[in-house]
Amino acid sequence: MAPLLEVRDLVKHFPLDGGMLTRLLPGRPGRVVHAVDGVSFVVEPGETLGLVGESGCGKTTTSRLILRAIEPTAGRIFFEAQEITGLSPAELLPFRRKAQIVFQDPYTSLNPRMTVERIVGEPILVHRLVASGELRARVRTLLEMVGLQSEHAARYPHELSGGQRQRVGIARALGLGPRLIVADEAVSALDVSVRSQILNLMTALRERLHLSYLFVSHDLSVIRFVSHRVAVMYLGRLAEVAPADELFKRPLHPYTQALMAAIPTIGDGRASIFDQPERLLEGELPNPIDLPRGCRFAGRCPFRFDRCAEAEPELKEVETGHTVACYLYE
Amino acid sequence: MRTLDGLTVESPGVTVPTPAAEPGAAAGIGRWWRRFARSKGAVFGLAVFLAIVVMAVFAGVLAPYDPLTQGVGAPLEKPSLAHWAGTDSFGRDMLSRIIYGARIALIVGIVAVLLALVAGVTLGLVAGYYGGVLDAVIMRVMDALFAFPIIILAIAMMAIMGFGVTNVIIAVGVGFIAPFARVTRGDVLAVKEEPYIEAARLAGIGNLPIIFRHVLPNVLAPIIVQGALRVSGAIITEAGLSFLGLGPPPPTPVWGSMIAEGRNFIVMAPHISTIPGVALMLTVVGLNLFGDGLRDTLDPRLRR
Amino acid sequence: MTEDQSDVILEVRNLVVEFSSEDGPLRAVDGVSFAVRRGEIVGLVGESGAGKTLTSEAMLRLVRCPPGRISGEVRFRGQNLLALDEPALAGIRGKEIAMIFQNPGASLNPVFRVGDQLLEAMRLHLREPARSLRERVGEILGRVGIPSAATRARDYPHQFSGGMAQRVMIGIGISCVPSLLIADEPTTALDVTIQAQVLALLRSLARELGVAVLLVSHDLGIISQMCHRVLVMYAGRIVEEADVATIFRAPAHPYTRGLIDCLPRMDGSARLGTIAGVMPGLRSLPSGCPFHPRCPLAEPRCAEEAPKLRSAGDHHSAACLLVGT
Repeated sequence: MAPLLEVRDLVKHFPLDGGMLTRLLPGRPGRVVHAVDGVSFVVEPGETLGLVGESGCGKTTTSRLILRAIEPTAGRIFFEAQEITGLSPAELLPFRRKAQIVFQDPYTSLNPRMTVERIVGEPILVHRLVASGELRARVRTLLEMVGLQSEHAARYPHELSGGQRQRVGIARALGLGPRLIVADEAVSALDVSVRSQILNLMTALRERLHLSYLFVSHDLSVIRFVSHRVAVMYLGRLAEVAPADELFKRPLHPYTQALMAAIPTIGDGRASIFDQPERLLEGELPNPIDLPRGCRFAGRCPFRFDRCAEAEPELKEVETGHTVACYLYE
Repeated sequence: MRTLDGLTVESPGVTVPTPAAEPGAAAGIGRWWRRFARSKGAVFGLAVFLAIVVMAVFAGVLAPYDPLTQGVGAPLEKPSLAHWAGTDSFGRDMLSRIIYGARIALIVGIVAVLLALVAGVTLGLVAGYYGGVLDAVIMRVMDALFAFPIIILAIAMMAIMGFGVTNVIIAVGVGFIAPFARVTRGDVLAVKEEPYIEAARLAGIGNLPIIFRHVLPNVLAPIIVQGALRVSGAIITEAGLSFLGLGPPPPTPVWGSMIAEGRNFIVMAPHISTIPGVALMLTVVGLNLFGDGLRDTLDPRLRR
Repeated sequence: MTEDQSDVILEVRNLVVEFSSEDGPLRAVDGVSFAVRRGEIVGLVGESGAGKTLTSEAMLRLVRCPPGRISGEVRFRGQNLLALDEPALAGIRGKEIAMIFQNPGASLNPVFRVGDQLLEAMRLHLREPARSLRERVGEILGRVGIPSAATRARDYPHQFSGGMAQRVMIGIGISCVPSLLIADEPTTALDVTIQAQVLALLRSLARELGVAVLLVSHDLGIISQMCHRVLVMYAGRIVEEADVATIFRAPAHPYTRGLIDCLPRMDGSARLGTIAGVMPGLRSLPSGCPFHPRCPLAEPRCAEEAPKLRSAGDHHSAACLLVGT
């Protein structure tokens, strides 16, 4: 079966706005931010791919590129075997129905001047998916699906709690009958007890509606919970891609290992990970404008050797389904 | 497309109790009023504004005499029981002229501001939402307009188009476009970055529906406030033009020309200038207080 | 709280913070009592709206009054901070009790050099010649892990990343060698690898200098890895208190238990525990136990009687009627 989504060598460079003068000066190549720098992956039908990384790694940019919210500098995106890069806005409409987004912030992702009914109903109406007489019933069904009651339809966003708002956001995305939902830090702004409700809801909906998720998050424990496969991103490139169980049992890339070592999980209260600074990653993310030659992680990597500074390592399959971009495994 | 009808997913969150529900739209007005009423100035402003509106609407009933008929009293009569505000040099009843003057002041103020609001908001929406060259061109024109003193602009326009209430309205309206365009554009720039706008775009909703359904309602509050505050500016401008003899031609009862006319008799009959002046001042102060109250209670940037 | 009273440096008794509103007074912090001992790291954990930040701010009277009203007692080394006059309190804030906040960028003044801000903080409280204080600037910045500290001291805050800025804030915090450091979500704005560096620094400094830390956080993992003792807050009250091993191994309050069950496990279990509903707002606090509408074990009496903290074991107490019966 063809993958639902395939991304090939996606690149996004944001030009640094040097102002009018530098743009007019001839012969000086503009400096760019390498937000996404050659990323390839697939999402299978019914699968959740977790995209994890720290801020500035390009995971949000990747999610926006996939939805054609921003245009890639290079690379190709296929959805249901059709190339969507290069489609005009009108040609994109069928894709817009099938690929939807759930945002991070439930406070700013809903129009404060609209009722829940209009928020959820508007996309359905615009795509003429139901006759206007049936819209009301459709919205009620959607609200029930996400665990809200029909009485919530008349409310405004500010009358709802954070968790309820996030449910409205999910209902809006589901309204168009999508195959893929990009969840961009969809639970990061929520409190622990509400977060688990939303995570359970999203996994239940996935099974029920046979949805695929691209689940973007900085939180490894959330990624662990929702994902079938996980892609670890560092500074615009994928460091490692593996089935979730496999990755968390045996992280291969030194960055993945460091990331996992840094997560404060609930311990036994005796030893603290913060008492072993030697296990923690040193340094900070390098500047994505002037990247070092070779492996992007080499500067912070405890295992670096000569080769790391020479050329950038490519993702190589080390075991079935487990790929890693690191010279240690070649 | 698969249909979702009939599918219900058991809700893992059990039932979701709603947090302290804030009351709906109707009660929202009640809340707004409670906040608004906290400021005595704002309530005073509103009262003055309403009084002027009543005067303007019911001028025919309220005015004791016809404002244009000469010789209803002796010329330059001081305020008396028969003529509460005295008479002018033609023996016309000043109170009636003031009451009818309110009508013109309000019509010019409100219509001119509405004109400026519609034009300015449209330009601001387009400039802010689409950005780029369009934005640059529109806003530079607005800057030029803004840099021009309104009264000079109006004089120039009146010189071209001639006198009359309509032309005063157009002249003042054009002069007030720039501030509306600026306020609107600034807020549009902020609102268009909100995730709900991106959500609408990613749902395949077109630019025009996004502008009218998503952007405009969220920038409206500061525009309304701006509108309320600008009405007084428009009334002053109109009075200024009339004072200079550029307003509606005589014998139309206009506050500005009444003040101008009274100058000749300022020693003999000071009431002819002063009374319209006081009316103008009350109106402007009232409107400004009301506008300030609106701003303090409506403009989301000042809340919290 | 029975052992070694002499070691207690901070004791909060029945702290109440109220705000007046159109609907009558709202209790955002309701009778909070706890103690912090020398060199101890105490975690104050809860979800947003639980009142944890307000509690820490009220202790130093950083809540604007009015509209707020603070009552109760905050004894710090024998003095009641709530009864001190403003100059006396100012002498304690920043010297004896330091605070660091979530957003380090906003805590530093953008127009002054970082080193000068650190120096200023010391000059405010320490009567030492400027010369010797100036020498300490580089030393402190080095101690909080800022590379080439002497040069970086001459940089402005915008030249620092979030992690580095938070290190500077910690440096300012410890510059006068306080006996208590209040850290309010100090790493919430930081990435996980940077967070780990900053927390490791905090823990080592606390041990080295014998500073007690009150760590306010929503993150149970951080609390578990950082703290010796934990206070769980819900709807303005402390609902459970225990040492860190006990609270995560044998939580007594249903809320604490529910909260822990809500966390995704790294072993990848299929379904998460949930707590139904949301924390009640201040305007709609339920009668009796504030948690009872969401509590899976609630009994009729829970709606009538507000539980007080009661013993649930050694150094372990919980505010639940079902505990100890």
